[in-house]
Amino acid sequence: MLVVTAYPMLYALWLSLFRYDLRFPGERRFVGLENYLSVLSSETWWQALSNTLLITVASVSLELLLGFVFALVMQRALIGRRLVRTAVLVPYGIITVVAAMSWRFAFDPTTGFVNALLGLEGAWLAQSGSAFFVIIQTEVWKTTPFMALLLLAGLTLVPEDLLRAARVDGANAWQRFFRVTLPQMRPVIGVALLFRTLDAFRIFDTVFVQTRGAQGTETVSMVGYNALITRLNLGLGSAVSVLIFLCVLAIAALYLKGFGSDMSRREES
Amino acid sequence: MHVRDNAPENADRFPVENRVGRPVISGRFDAVTRRFLAALALLGTLAGCAEQDEGPPLLRWYVFDEQSGAFAGAARRCTEAARGRYRIEMAALPSDADQQREQLVRRLAAADPDIDLIGMDVIWTGEFAEAGWVLPWPDKAAERARAGRLASAIDSATHAGRLWAAPFTTNTQLLWYRGDRMTASPKTWDEMFALAERLGERGAIQAQGERYEGLTVFFVSLLASAGGSVLAPDGLSVSLEEAPTRRALEVMRRLAHSPAADPALSNAREDQTRLAFETGKPSFMLNYTYVWPSAHANVPELARQMRWARWPAVIAGRPSRVTLGGVNLAVGAHSRHPDLAFEAATCLAAEPNQRQAATLGGLPPTIAALYDDAEVRATFPFADLLRETLRDAVQRPQTPLNADVSLAISHTLHPMRDIDPVADVARLRKAVGRALRSEGLL
Repeated sequence: MLVVTAYPMLYALWLSLFRYDLRFPGERRFVGLENYLSVLSSETWWQALSNTLLITVASVSLELLLGFVFALVMQRALIGRRLVRTAVLVPYGIITVVAAMSWRFAFDPTTGFVNALLGLEGAWLAQSGSAFFVIIQTEVWKTTPFMALLLLAGLTLVPEDLLRAARVDGANAWQRFFRVTLPQMRPVIGVALLFRTLDAFRIFDTVFVQTRGAQGTETVSMVGYNALITRLNLGLGSAVSVLIFLCVLAIAALYLKGFGSDMSRREES
Repeated sequence: MHVRDNAPENADRFPVENRVGRPVISGRFDAVTRRFLAALALLGTLAGCAEQDEGPPLLRWYVFDEQSGAFAGAARRCTEAARGRYRIEMAALPSDADQQREQLVRRLAAADPDIDLIGMDVIWTGEFAEAGWVLPWPDKAAERARAGRLASAIDSATHAGRLWAAPFTTNTQLLWYRGDRMTASPKTWDEMFALAERLGERGAIQAQGERYEGLTVFFVSLLASAGGSVLAPDGLSVSLEEAPTRRALEVMRRLAHSPAADPALSNAREDQTRLAFETGKPSFMLNYTYVWPSAHANVPELARQMRWARWPAVIAGRPSRVTLGGVNLAVGAHSRHPDLAFEAATCLAAEPNQRQAATLGGLPPTIAALYDDAEVRATFPFADLLRETLRDAVQRPQTPLNADVSLAISHTLHPMRDIDPVADVARLRKAVGRALRSEGLL
């Protein structure tokens, strides 16, 4: 762990304090927090951050909603249960780059089926709003199965007795779901949301393949990629990476605060 | 290397199966060993493919994947001419210039000795030279590489007073227009706007407006035509003189708001403009020379009506200055055979290969005399105009930070319809200044 995690992380932290551009190896010098100030004072970073948050919030909440539907279907399916579970999981088994490519072609005005199906003529990836739509729907399509699988595991944890007791007390299906099932599942939902949010926040491949960050769809990971890989500016790029890491930490901390007591209580019992 | 040579031998020596064909215990172990050795051998082959065991030294030429086969032919001819002293093998890079650079710089920064020859885009010269990724040309070879070449092409391969690459192919934009719709070509942008708007067709003027290198090229051409420049002559500070910059921005804004502009201007690259022109609706197009053979192949009817003229002037009476493109040949700093590589680059950039690149691949040569060559003139009937445009061509900002400066320009000026000619001069100056100081994100 020390070698593969701690060292690279500390090295990135160290690099972020230097002006260090591989194109000018001779000009390497210590600049303190200058790189951070530079990143935090640029519109690009804030724009990318808000793009990333938009993609994260939209895709994760849609995934939660659809994930629940799928989980309930998978749990209740009477016939072909295995088939249903397998079918639902297929998108999750597809490599992200391949999925992103497929959807790019699907939404392409000349090669795609989407426009033909809907009778439209727009270039989806040429405008900001519709480009975000394509990116988010690709993410949702790809990772809802993951959400559904975790939620299915949570559903099986809800005691049957409790549901039966609620039914005896006269609670209808909605009430049973919202008053019994959901509260029982809180810790599982917390874990599922935490995993997916952290994952979604680091989104790179879908956007890279579909728009390359054009039409204002650049995400924070792409900003880091541009600084590190395209411009070979190790100092600035490392500062971006460290900031992304801090954001991820903050998200994790927020979730732990919101769901934390549930998560630990479940462990105790 | 030796792993690969010994692997089959070793594998044969170990008994893997007993006589009944069932693996014995030691045999099973050996089977694992054999598989391991086979894997090692495969790795050895993969790693060793750059280096050969026998035969003349291999020079790897990293260049974009030229489709017509002109570059492959040049590599073959020079290999033959070397008579066993070296061999040239092409390593194809992606066709997108940004991705070419990304792949190259990652390997160059890691001191990859596999890169002997580089098909270097004219805008990478300063960056590659300053980072120590390419070798400066020795005086004698440099003299040969410069002989008879167009001055602008030599300039594009020069940094800090030294030559870093042999001028190979060049390129620049011309104005293409429909001869059946007008008697004379517009001389200035104002004339072109007036003419196009009178023709009344939406999308009559086709230009590049997407947020990418092409937008920077467009701006640099307009700015130079208006008499300005992005950087001061020393390449260290921002120039962007008030009056010419504002004039260039005014033309961009005027274009974006003109009824003659394409609705998809903000997404248009070279190829979108070419395809649009080939539909037959537009009357004007600013584009590189490859559109000429393309139109002849795709829409011969339309190609007969296609005329060419110099890029329109921004200021009446002052000839336009158009941005230079092209590929020069550089020698990688970590090459195992730098002397042979210089020799090979000289051969590749020589006249027969430039002629071939022109006639087969449609890439304008850097040897000035070739513009009088009958074969080349048959490919480029506009050879005289091309040479004249190239003579007055303008370089994109010649700084090691060109990639950053270019991003700063294209990000600030996109989309063109939102340009505010007065306020954006200051914004542009600030963005380019930050890029020059490696500050901030782009």
